[in-house]
Amino acid sequence: MNHSSPAPRATEAVAAPAPPRLSELFVAYALISLYGFGGVLAWSRRMMVEERRWLTPEQFNEAYALCSFLPGPNIVNFSVIFGSRVRGPLGGLTALVGLLGPPMVLIIVIGALYAHYGDLPSLRRALIGVTAAAAGLIMSTVVKMALPLFRNRAVGGPVIALATFGAIGIAQWPLPIVLVVVLPISLALAWVRR
Amino acid sequence: MKDLGTLGTLAWFFALMSLFAIGGANSAVPEIHRFAVDVQHWMTDPQFSDIFGLAQLTPGPNVIVVTLIGYHVAGLAGALVATLAMCGPTCLLAFYVGRTFDRFRGASWQVALAGGLVPVTLGLTAASAVVVARAADDTRVAVAITVATALMTYWIRVNPLWLFAVAALLGLSGVV
Repeated sequence: MNHSSPAPRATEAVAAPAPPRLSELFVAYALISLYGFGGVLAWSRRMMVEERRWLTPEQFNEAYALCSFLPGPNIVNFSVIFGSRVRGPLGGLTALVGLLGPPMVLIIVIGALYAHYGDLPSLRRALIGVTAAAAGLIMSTVVKMALPLFRNRAVGGPVIALATFGAIGIAQWPLPIVLVVVLPISLALAWVRR
Repeated sequence: MKDLGTLGTLAWFFALMSLFAIGGANSAVPEIHRFAVDVQHWMTDPQFSDIFGLAQLTPGPNVIVVTLIGYHVAGLAGALVATLAMCGPTCLLAFYVGRTFDRFRGASWQVALAGGLVPVTLGLTAASAVVVARAADDTRVAVAITVATALMTYWIRVNPLWLFAVAALLGLSGVV
């Protein structure tokens, strides 16, 4: 199990064949959660696709899309699905505890400190700086995630993605209305070209 | 420590809210706000904003805002109950859906489902990047940090933690 050859770092096209052990799952998800300023999507992709190579870019997109449309927090769902896929129910639980445990402890400590010391302006500016950087990281992650879609010859996918982004990110229309219009069209297009 | 009634309210409310959290935990935040502030009077509006801001700025999944609300309402037990209620039922659902999905890998309905969901998800995620940027980028330096991080993490194999550290220092020193 533990023949850890140094992975080549240049491409991200091939996922590693060896499934992670429980301890590796836990460490990976704990790191994802502790690095995850502004949300954990960017670090999940970096860890799963670029560093550990447990998933290909396409596999990541598929699992992430499925999790986004299940009720509940996306990456929390993702951790359960991925963990149980590679190591059964115990793997799902391990990934979940790795992802939720450290930030829960952290936020309770921060919440307690905040209740005592109130607003520290310089600390707040530091956190705003980090969040500004995190926004940039999410942007580059989304562009990387979209590459397989745009390399495809079919035009439908990119048009749907851009329309959804424009409606919610720029026009700021309500999510349910946009989904009711866009989802059936997207599913129908995918059914036709399957 | 609050009574069992409060813990029970936290449990059923967040279990219900998890069903609304489609596309991410933040989708449920407006309803959580209405219930916590207007209905239960667990906290004031500014307190809710502070809690939401702290959760956004703390590393980890966005759902930990629920942990902090539970903690505010009923201490450690409240934090645990709220988080378990928000994540437990939907994790079980994800477990069974994931297994079913893997069993039918390659079936045509599944190819179509994934092919239809992926573009919409990418659009939603790109929109969420704009939302995070709007929250943080209230100065020109902050906008510059966002743009620089986006370009550098796309083109160069740099560990984003270094960029985060620089951004934090710029904030601490009052430049942002």
